[in-house]
Amino acid sequence: MSQRKSMMDGTIVRNAVKEAFLKLDPRVMIRNPIMFVVEVGFIITLYLCFDPHAFGGEVPVWFNLIVALILLITILFANFAEALAEGRGKAQADSLKKSKTDITANKWTGTGIKQVPSTELRKGDIVIVSQGEMIPGDGEVIEGLASVDESAITGESAPVIKEAGGDFSSVTGGTRVISDSIRVRITSDPGESFLDKMIALVEGAKRQKTPNEIALNTVLMSLTIIFLIVVVTLPFFGNYLNVEIEVPVLIALLVCLIPTTIGGLLSAIGIAGMDRVTQFNVLAMSGKAVEAAGDINTIILDKTGTITYGNRMASEFIPVGKETVGSVAEWAAVSSMKDETPEGRSVLELMKKQGLSYEESIAEGGEFIEFKAETRMSGIDLKDGRKVRKGAVDAVKRWVEAQGGVIPSDLSPKGDAVAKQGGTPLAVAVDNRIYGVIYLKDTVKPGMKERFEQMRRMGIKTIMCTGDNPLTAATIAFEAGVDDFIAESKPEDKIAVIRKEQAEGKLVAMTGDGTNDAPALAQADVGIAMNSGTVAAKEAANMVDLDSDPSKIIEVVSIGKQLLMTRGALTTFSIANDIAKYFAIIPAMFMLAIPQMDALNVMRLGSPMSAILSALIFNALIIPLLIPLAMKGVAYKPMSSSHLLRQNLLIYGLGGVVVPFIGIKLIDLLVHLWV
Amino acid sequence: MINFLAIIVPVLIVILLARPTGLYVAKAFKYERTGLDKVFGPVERLIYKAGGIRQDNQNWKQYAGSLVLTNAVMIGLVYLIFRIQAYLPLNPSHVANMEPTLAFNTAISFMANTNLQHYSGESGLSYLSQMIAIVFMMFTAPATSLAIAIAFIRGLTGRPLGNFFVDLIRSITRILLPIAFVAAFVFIAVGVPQTLEPSVVAKTVEGAEQIIARGPVGSFLSIKELGNNGGGFFGVNSAHPFENPDNISNMLQMILMMLVTTALPFTYGKMAGNAKQGRILFVSMLMMFIVTLGISLTSEYAGNPVLNALGIDHHQGSMEGKEVRFGVAQSSLYSVVTTASETGAVNTMHDTLTPIGGLITIGNMMLNTVFGGIGAGFMNVLMYAIIGVFLSGLMVGRTPEFLGKKIEGKEMKLIAVTMLIQPLLILAPTAIALAVYPETISNPGFHGLTQALYEFTSSAANNGSGFEGLGDNTTFWNISTGIVMYLGRFFSMVTLLAVAGSLLAKKTVPETTGTFRTDTGLFGAVFLGSVIIVGALTFFPAVVLGPIAEYLTLKP
Repeated sequence: MSQRKSMMDGTIVRNAVKEAFLKLDPRVMIRNPIMFVVEVGFIITLYLCFDPHAFGGEVPVWFNLIVALILLITILFANFAEALAEGRGKAQADSLKKSKTDITANKWTGTGIKQVPSTELRKGDIVIVSQGEMIPGDGEVIEGLASVDESAITGESAPVIKEAGGDFSSVTGGTRVISDSIRVRITSDPGESFLDKMIALVEGAKRQKTPNEIALNTVLMSLTIIFLIVVVTLPFFGNYLNVEIEVPVLIALLVCLIPTTIGGLLSAIGIAGMDRVTQFNVLAMSGKAVEAAGDINTIILDKTGTITYGNRMASEFIPVGKETVGSVAEWAAVSSMKDETPEGRSVLELMKKQGLSYEESIAEGGEFIEFKAETRMSGIDLKDGRKVRKGAVDAVKRWVEAQGGVIPSDLSPKGDAVAKQGGTPLAVAVDNRIYGVIYLKDTVKPGMKERFEQMRRMGIKTIMCTGDNPLTAATIAFEAGVDDFIAESKPEDKIAVIRKEQAEGKLVAMTGDGTNDAPALAQADVGIAMNSGTVAAKEAANMVDLDSDPSKIIEVVSIGKQLLMTRGALTTFSIANDIAKYFAIIPAMFMLAIPQMDALNVMRLGSPMSAILSALIFNALIIPLLIPLAMKGVAYKPMSSSHLLRQNLLIYGLGGVVVPFIGIKLIDLLVHLWV
Repeated sequence: MINFLAIIVPVLIVILLARPTGLYVAKAFKYERTGLDKVFGPVERLIYKAGGIRQDNQNWKQYAGSLVLTNAVMIGLVYLIFRIQAYLPLNPSHVANMEPTLAFNTAISFMANTNLQHYSGESGLSYLSQMIAIVFMMFTAPATSLAIAIAFIRGLTGRPLGNFFVDLIRSITRILLPIAFVAAFVFIAVGVPQTLEPSVVAKTVEGAEQIIARGPVGSFLSIKELGNNGGGFFGVNSAHPFENPDNISNMLQMILMMLVTTALPFTYGKMAGNAKQGRILFVSMLMMFIVTLGISLTSEYAGNPVLNALGIDHHQGSMEGKEVRFGVAQSSLYSVVTTASETGAVNTMHDTLTPIGGLITIGNMMLNTVFGGIGAGFMNVLMYAIIGVFLSGLMVGRTPEFLGKKIEGKEMKLIAVTMLIQPLLILAPTAIALAVYPETISNPGFHGLTQALYEFTSSAANNGSGFEGLGDNTTFWNISTGIVMYLGRFFSMVTLLAVAGSLLAKKTVPETTGTFRTDTGLFGAVFLGSVIIVGALTFFPAVVLGPIAEYLTLKP
């Protein structure tokens, strides 16, 4: 996103505070049953402030008032957390909406151009967009080539080239053509465009509870009802013992016991998780897809562009016959001096890297011979008449033979050796003399090996797909450290692999951009399409990567895991907190009637009232204190599950037991000054 | 020293027997042909033929339906026998017909494997009722819960659930009947009576007339303990010298109570193909057992502080309500065993245990996971394991899996309502009893509260032991505990079987390093954590006002 908002951005916070109050509306609150219980408790205690003896209680009004206030603040904190998470999405949506202003489109009517508002464009309409104009809707370039500024959506300021046909034909409404002119066939009706979907997504308007969220919610509900049973039956128990239990104290106990911490933060965690994906410039079509990403067992990656740079780089000069490395390098460099292809440039880079030099003046005034499919060679014709060539080994061989040259006997074996290692051999020759071979290697992107190693630790299997022959594929696969590969793969192979993995119960993720990737993207549990890709690919996928960086799938997996971990960790923390709260409130409740209960007052809290208030205040304060964690997610480093669990159990389980003991005690030291 | 041995020996025997018994149980329920078919096949085939039982696999609804219906029919039959026992044969002591609410309570009580007895065996039931109705249910009730536990395990481990009738019959023919048969002879050998003669009338030295009840106790006793039934032939249960004459009979009773329930984790490990996971569950439960036993012994040996303060010799510990022939050690152990295994047999008055000793018995029943009753306890254990796995699964960032099956919304909904039922069945009726029927509770104050709480806890957990001191043969207690026992028994059976059915329909997810493994010590810790957090938090306020308050106020 171009406008990355910091979490505590002023306007967002102000809006969130406002929202926190608006969300007090019981009709809104009921959607979060746990906090709704707190609100009911608040209303009852508030009523008790005006009619303190309604239930025959003896508690002073000020106590009721303070309990009511703390409950109100607890709800407000929870609402604030949710509003804050929503606010960040809304801010993004607003900036997106700005690029959705009405555009006048040049609609092609078949005979001429008619100016119509963009809102009237329908699927199948054809429009012409020229330099400086906004593209009026999502579509496909059917004629022409243009550079397009997509920063409104991707935040990336460098323009991208869009051309008819191929995998770079899709354009998005709201982006601007900055050079040339294109003819575009519109592919979406108004309100269904990519931009519309994106706005709806970041606004959270279409937010549905994810499967894990639903499962967790039922557990939390169950706990809430259990504690409701506990608290409602308690006065009957007390009554039998002639122990009077005051209603506000019961409400305080209930609110402390029900999992308000996770209940108050649950929706914020979900929204923030989606938001983190968006911040990452990946657009997830549903929270379900993000969650599913955390469960991925297998990732299918294209070799070219994802694992390797895709273009072959010179990595070695191999002399043949009696030639030396120096002479091969020299002529290779000369042949590449005016060669602007990545291969050509990599030859010069390799020279530099190896500390070799050559006479640059030789090439001066020479004529560059471009690579052609028929000749399969490129090179330079020097001023002095000499012809320098580099190219496919057999092509160069034929060229040299035609000029009566002798082919060194070790050329073929050396060439084959390179091919066997997964490289591409380029022979270098000057007129009828062959100097040697350039070893072109497909280079694995830096850091990929570490990433695959990480994934292995996360229990994710990686499969590389490539059109290369099995030998080459095996070499790259080994170098990159992927678990498996499919060589000479056709698009239907990807679907077959996905189906096979899925039949074993695995969840599969893949990235793709071409139209022929679309069926596989749809079949995969998590399909990430590149924004640069075709419309078909984007529609089949459940995530779109706006930066078109296929390796980002790894971060998406991490975010998915983080989302679940944050929920699990805060739930555990929330439930573990109950132990300390019990030890604060239970003795306080009964101490007046049964003085010996003081033995359970392990925290040595000042007075019964201060104990109850301290527990309540802790319960309220913990929500805003955990908002940053809910938003950022629990720290996640790839490691084995038992490691991870041990660590999280220690922090959130044991921590959840210990922290409130300390927290409540500290609050009590302060509160006890008054009560 | 002798006391120490009296504790160590039975516990060690139980531990040693658990694994072989578990493997035997796994084999007994295998549907593929095994060597056991040769021995039991002919009898079973006869029963299948007579009963018209097709041995097809059932889905969870059919299985649960068969179970609930079959049990309902049995409840009806037994109710009828109780109501007309006076007119039926084998009633030499001329016992009268049972009153309707008591018959309702008793019929459910025995079908629910609870054996809460609001009557006294020797005066309330005819020999026919004891033998046909009571002993019949003492076999079918544990057979029912063993059957469903096996079906539940089959479902979790990805096998068809099996057929309820086949499992029910196999539970009896292959497990309960043979073991009970042998054990009965041992009991008879150590002096437990086995006769159909009426009560004996004896003249005491002072010349007073004393009626000494007797009957077919030996055969009754073995299945009472083995099936975790716990209903006494005599009113005072295993404190009666005819029902528990000496140390040998006492030890054998404890071993029988623990035999099948401690074996089930190993059965599970075998069936799941993951012996380690079964072992870890066993060890976790054993740890809880040892801790509760330790606390109970410490408290009972410390004696009653009020009496101690009076300078009364208390080196024997708190002997109030205990049999002199068993002493503190064997009484405490028995009380822990009987509540851990949800048997409900007693050789000491739980009412007179020290407050903390009483807390342990009530706590065991509330958690219902320290082994628990035959079959039903282990299902409860697996439920807590699934809850633990659910939270842990989230904490490692994956949709939680148990035995390779994803735990999702549907399963958690079923588990969530199952979690609710226990506190609801214990706390709500206790509150009603305290508020509306305080006059039926013999003690005031904390101890009285514990009495009522104990009665419903024992009913809900299908334990059946009583804290005594309740005027419990009243319409209120008969009906309320009847309902609690019924729901406590069958509700969770149905919901948990539904969980198994739902998991069975799912694809198995392959295990990776990202999966939370359920065969590590960490899993044991997670299981214990969820039992303690969920179980203990629920009942903390209630036990604070009951046994804990009593303990605190007794302290000088």
